Amino acid sequence: MHATAISLPVVLPETVLAGGTLALVLYGALRGERGSNLINEIAVGLLGLVLILTVAKNRPMGVTFYGSFADDAFTRFMGAVTLVGSLVTLLLSVEFMRQERVGGFEFPVLILISTLGMLMLIAANDFIALYLGFELMSLALYVIAAYRRHDVRATEAGLKYFVLGALSSGMMLYGISLVYGYSGSVLFSAVANAVHDHASIGVLFGLVFVLAGLAFKISAVPFHMWTPDVYEGAPTPVTTFFASAPKIAAMAVLVRVAMTAFPGIAHDWRQILTFVSIASMALGAFAAIGQRNFKRLMAYSSIGHMGYALVGLAAGTVEGAQSVILYMAIYVVMTLGTFAAILSMRRSGRAVETMADLAGLGRTDPAMAFFLAVMMFSLAGVPPLAGFFAKFYVFAAAIKAGLYGLSVIGVLASCVAAYYYLRIVKLVYFDEPAPAFDRPGPVARIVLALSALMILLFVFAPSPITNAAMAAAQSLF
Amino acid sequence: MNGSWILSGILALPLIGALFILLLPGDSEPTKRNARWIALFATLITFVLSLVAWSRFDPTQPGFQLVEERDWFSHAILYKLGVDGISMPFVLLTAFLMPICIVASWTPIQTRVKEYMITFLIMETLMVGVFVALDLVLFYLFFEGGLIPMFIIIGVWGHGNRVYAAFKFFLYTFTGSVLMLLAIMAMYWTAGTTDITVLLKTHFPANMQTWLWLGFFASFAVKMPMWPVHTWLPDAHVEAPTAGSVMLAAILLKMGGYGFIRFSLPMFPDASLYFTPLIFALSVIAIIYTSLVALAQESMKKLIAYSSVAHMGFVTMGIFAANTQGLQGAVYQMVSHGLISGALFLCVGVVYDRMHTYDIAAYGGLVQRMPLYAVAFMVFTLGNVGLPGTTGFIGEFLTLIGTFQINNWVAFLATFGIILSACYALYLYRRIIFGVIEKPSLMGITDLTGREIATLLPLGLLMLFYGVHPQPIIDASAASIDQIVEGFQHAVAATKTAGL
Repeated sequence: MHATAISLPVVLPETVLAGGTLALVLYGALRGERGSNLINEIAVGLLGLVLILTVAKNRPMGVTFYGSFADDAFTRFMGAVTLVGSLVTLLLSVEFMRQERVGGFEFPVLILISTLGMLMLIAANDFIALYLGFELMSLALYVIAAYRRHDVRATEAGLKYFVLGALSSGMMLYGISLVYGYSGSVLFSAVANAVHDHASIGVLFGLVFVLAGLAFKISAVPFHMWTPDVYEGAPTPVTTFFASAPKIAAMAVLVRVAMTAFPGIAHDWRQILTFVSIASMALGAFAAIGQRNFKRLMAYSSIGHMGYALVGLAAGTVEGAQSVILYMAIYVVMTLGTFAAILSMRRSGRAVETMADLAGLGRTDPAMAFFLAVMMFSLAGVPPLAGFFAKFYVFAAAIKAGLYGLSVIGVLASCVAAYYYLRIVKLVYFDEPAPAFDRPGPVARIVLALSALMILLFVFAPSPITNAAMAAAQSLF
Repeated sequence: MNGSWILSGILALPLIGALFILLLPGDSEPTKRNARWIALFATLITFVLSLVAWSRFDPTQPGFQLVEERDWFSHAILYKLGVDGISMPFVLLTAFLMPICIVASWTPIQTRVKEYMITFLIMETLMVGVFVALDLVLFYLFFEGGLIPMFIIIGVWGHGNRVYAAFKFFLYTFTGSVLMLLAIMAMYWTAGTTDITVLLKTHFPANMQTWLWLGFFASFAVKMPMWPVHTWLPDAHVEAPTAGSVMLAAILLKMGGYGFIRFSLPMFPDASLYFTPLIFALSVIAIIYTSLVALAQESMKKLIAYSSVAHMGFVTMGIFAANTQGLQGAVYQMVSHGLISGALFLCVGVVYDRMHTYDIAAYGGLVQRMPLYAVAFMVFTLGNVGLPGTTGFIGEFLTLIGTFQINNWVAFLATFGIILSACYALYLYRRIIFGVIEKPSLMGITDLTGREIATLLPLGLLMLFYGVHPQPIIDASAASIDQIVEGFQHAVAATKTAGL
């Protein structure tokens, strides 16, 4: 891999996405509401195209833009996972917006802009690029959170997310400035050289602030406060988006910062990540028990899952990085599938989202019940489903790194968490049926079925994905 | 002799059957009938295939046979199957009991028949998989994967407090097993592989063995179940449908014992020796205490469930005696208990289907209306007591002989278990079968039907046959057990010399 001043082929997917998005904004502004259907379709196609460009094998890899943009195996893997998240969200939202009669061409455009920010974030190889990507992603997300501006809950969620998000990105920027001040560079590799294996107090403070900012985006404890409210308040496709793509991107950049900018002081950030991880797993396990609302439950569930992913990162080894990458890939499939199921929960034309509404789904809609049960068992980490292997890899990495205490706490937390996933299975299969749901739209059903099949069949052919994750992890070392 | 596809075939057949049932349309009467027949055929063919495996199996060889191996997880985790003298009896037992379970569910299960049969078939694959897996991760996959269908079976087709029982079953077993998972990972990083055949030859450092042993113990003790983590079992048994109870008692409980023999003893010999007093203490408590608890039960199913815990006490005791008789007794006792407890739960199911209650007090004097039933129940009750001439006797006797050589007092105390088992089993029998019929509802009760006889007869015949002629089972496992005992004594001796 060689660093070049400016190389457009390396940033081709991002360029295409940026150009396409701007064209769509122009078109939307000229056509207004009438163009929104077409814009939706083009946006889906655009994301598909970018996804193909991202995984295309014959495109050159490299570091470009004076070292600030790295296109390596890691960027491509995480970028692809993120794009899948965005793409599926967009597909699901088209159906939802039609059902709920929410119009506007801005929604797909905002998703595209945010996705562009994520791609930049994942590829960021210095702190300035990181911050730019981070902000591009976040600003679009703030608007998306409050997209249904006449809905009180949605605007509350949006405002909460904005205030806390602005605070965290301010903290992160301050952290970046400290790191720059004490190490003399913003390039990750240069910071790593300057810090070496001893962090001055300034770098340490900077590191903590940067980690805090990123922890906010992946909703790890203690920066998780916004998550349940936003998950519950935002329209379901928006929640789907929040639960998938941005978390992948933020986790990816967290891995890259930890592994490439501060590899020498792993013992320092390992303490922080261990605490964050334990706190997330525990909160995710215990706080979800009392929930009634499915989306709110998924908020706590996602907090817990970020905790598990951080177990792998805390290991700080190449296996650890591989396990995080794998975890996020499997997590995104489980999340998209589960939210597709939530989107299918509609009764007499209205969305319902309490868990009790799922009662007896096993009789009223056996196929959906089965797929949902697969998701729940997978989220709980029961073999032979993919969710088990996600956990298997992170804990294996942690055991290798000697983090026994963290591992034991982690697996015990997963037993607690199993309880509330099982409760959904119980509602679906053991309870007397509630009235049937409306016939769900085809997209939600296909997404649910596909993701359930992927989770179910992963065990038969895991090697392509685990190998790709390993290659991605190795490109960081 | 190329039999390398047989074990995979045994694993795949039930799944293929399940797939066929899945494709049946609707929920009508013909569909239900077809689902039952497909399930029966699938399990019968699986049984035949397991007999083929048995015929290709050479009991004089101590090592693994019919081995097949494929790459699975990036060269790190293997898809590797094989059987030896210890796993072969359990594979046969599982394959043998499954058709009986299907027949036993023929008329009692009338709701969601398709799903029921699919779940049972998946369950069979996972249970057989536990015994034939030769890779630790693959083993764990089958071991834990079995929780999903069993959770569904108890929760959907169970009675009364089924939700509570299903959750308790799942969470207890899940929590025990995750600690084993961590131990598996630690073994992987130490030995560089999860191939069981390699791990059996790996020597782990003594202090590491202690932790690994505890990790495995957490899982197997819950599964076994050993006192004091047995409390999930009575609940799960009482609420599960009859065939579910049969599978729980006859096969799922054996996974713990199998795990102790396969992993704990040969892989962690030093730790096993170190913890033997703990196991002996827990076993004796299980034998005496749970027998007394069984005596006080008012529900037939709970009584038999507690008696299972007591009988499993003999198994753990025999295993950790770590000599030939003890281990052989343990294997024998597990097979025997599989037949007897399975049959007892079927017997309980027979009257439950007629009266819809497990209360002992609701019965009495059944001998006057159900003579055949009284005979069948008598035979299996005596088997449960351990009467000479039944398999129950041989298992308990061998484990006691084995234990006596290691620790007289433990053997002495455990012998009380035999007396107590006679107390609770005969007391149960008297209350249900003898006396005069007082309840008017019992006046119209009918005797065993042909279908019920078909489920009980094979179990009874096998129990009596192997009770008077135990040699086939003992021979089948002898070579493998000798190897384990030798390895164990060798390792212990080596540690002692190193210590001096």
